[in-house]
Amino acid sequence: MRLGTTTGLAVSALLRSKLRSLLTTLGVVIGVAAVIVMQSMGAGATAMVTGELSGMGSNMLMLVPGATQGMGGASLGAPLFTRADLEAIVRECPAVRSASVMNVRSVRVVTGDENRSTNLYGVSPTYLEIRQWLTVMGRSLTDEDERQGAKVCVIGETNRMELFGSVDPIGAEIRVHDMACTVVGVLEPKGASTFGQDQDDLVLMPASTYGRRIMGDDRIGVMMLSAAAEDRIDEAKAQVESLMRQRRRILEGEDNDFTVRDMRELIAIMGTITGVLTSLLAGVAAISLLVGGIGIMNIMLVSVTERTREIGIRLALGARARDILSQFLVEAVVLSLTGGLLGLVLGAAGSFAASRVLDLPFTLPAQAAALAVGVSVVVGVLFGVFPARKAAHLRPIEALRFE
Amino acid sequence: MQAPRAPLLSLRKITKIFGEGDATVQALRGVDLDIYPGEFVAIMGTSGSGKSTAMNILGCLDAPTKGQYLVEGIPVESLSGDVLAALRNDRFGFVFQGFNLLPRTSALDNVELPLVYADVSASERHVRARRALAEVGLAGRERAHPNQLSGGQQQRVAIARALVNAPEVLLADEPTGNLDTRTSAEIMALLVALNRDRGITIVMVTHDVGIAAYAGRLVTFRDGLIISDQPRLAA
Repeated sequence: MRLGTTTGLAVSALLRSKLRSLLTTLGVVIGVAAVIVMQSMGAGATAMVTGELSGMGSNMLMLVPGATQGMGGASLGAPLFTRADLEAIVRECPAVRSASVMNVRSVRVVTGDENRSTNLYGVSPTYLEIRQWLTVMGRSLTDEDERQGAKVCVIGETNRMELFGSVDPIGAEIRVHDMACTVVGVLEPKGASTFGQDQDDLVLMPASTYGRRIMGDDRIGVMMLSAAAEDRIDEAKAQVESLMRQRRRILEGEDNDFTVRDMRELIAIMGTITGVLTSLLAGVAAISLLVGGIGIMNIMLVSVTERTREIGIRLALGARARDILSQFLVEAVVLSLTGGLLGLVLGAAGSFAASRVLDLPFTLPAQAAALAVGVSVVVGVLFGVFPARKAAHLRPIEALRFE
Repeated sequence: MQAPRAPLLSLRKITKIFGEGDATVQALRGVDLDIYPGEFVAIMGTSGSGKSTAMNILGCLDAPTKGQYLVEGIPVESLSGDVLAALRNDRFGFVFQGFNLLPRTSALDNVELPLVYADVSASERHVRARRALAEVGLAGRERAHPNQLSGGQQQRVAIARALVNAPEVLLADEPTGNLDTRTSAEIMALLVALNRDRGITIVMVTHDVGIAAYAGRLVTFRDGLIISDQPRLAA
């Protein structure tokens, strides 16, 4: 029997009990929709994280103390860096364009009547350039500020709002860790990071001021570097590594007690994290597909029993076992494929809605769509074959006599 | 009367046992029967006499426990499932007591079914099925579903379905069992005409002597054996 005829037969058999067919496909609809939503949201989240990280400065490098551990963590206890290290890097690594101190601690900031806790960054004047970050009011930190250890600061949008509201903050004085300090600029707002941190909840001050007046320690916790060009990141990394090995007197064969990280690694790490999440959720979706498949098998078995007489008639009229087999198999596949297509539409609509709500970029990965539809066909065949075989192996006279 | 011709269908010492162990029922106890081309044979007997079992074996719907069934001299047990299906498809036509039409399926689609399994193209199926329905007097009712047709009309659809593939043998199991006397007479007239005008061999199971009288030969079963085999009764 021809496939077209068989398919027509299957479709008309399914249309005879529309509600039941629809309910039967529901499991697959939900499973496929879930797969699509997960894949789409995963891709959207990855795209957002990647965009955000490269927005931090795609040729940015970070130098942190401690050996690399697993997924980018660095061990504590390794010696910090010095001013001399920073100067040496700028002087001796041609692939490094600029370098900045980045020391961070949590502090209280106080104005006349406001008082809040925020992150204080001690940075070099090059910091904002490396981070590709601008000020929207006032100015940024200068070499002059750094040289003099000036008591000045640039504040993030959150601090401006909380401490000043509608008042112009430029030139105002705030107390940072009990040190009076003049606000000279306000940073462009960046909003929340992927991890949900408020990136605007910070105060920047010259690294020298931070070291002398706040910490009483001039050493450097983290260095931010920028490579001369995006395609020179590896070169910059190699130069910094060899210089630092030399300066920290690390012998041949010994491991680094510092780590140079670039944004690509962070992107890769984020990719891994979203990948793990996506595959976890895909697992849930797969279980849903399995349940959907069992639903189809169940209904097909009921259908075979209900239609035993029909099978008997068909056998008496010359249907071969394989005609009966393909009839029921095609019915199962049509059911699950219909479910798959409905799920695809539902999933696309769902992920579009979710991307609006969560403010993620909307992407519909083509391979996820193809996979979902392909999987639904496989589900149909897998769970349809048992009932179909049962139908095909009925003996004509017994099927005809079935009441 | 057709003595020198080769039989079309031959049952040789056919035994059929249903069930297993202590609960076995011996439906046929060694039946020999030859059916020749162009005959109209009525098989009679009380219920449980084995007549329906013999009929099912003749139609390749059931297999004997012992003995041999030959179609044109070829033993059926040597044939594969697909060949048996092909045999049922284009050599035999079946007419059942309960009509056995597919419900919620139009008369035309019901009649087309054997052609579907014979891989006939859709357009030719329509033509042949319409012609078959016209031959049994149902032109214009092609789109009707079985539940919209009377018993007699349903049996006509079933006969059209049995004939659409131009079979050599029509196997009718109590074809008038569910019909009133007048409709029965119409159906029997149709079968007689098919036998006489087209030379289709007909084997018909019935327990009604009046119906059996339409046939040219009467075979009577009792307790799994043939107890009489004679030409047409005086009507």
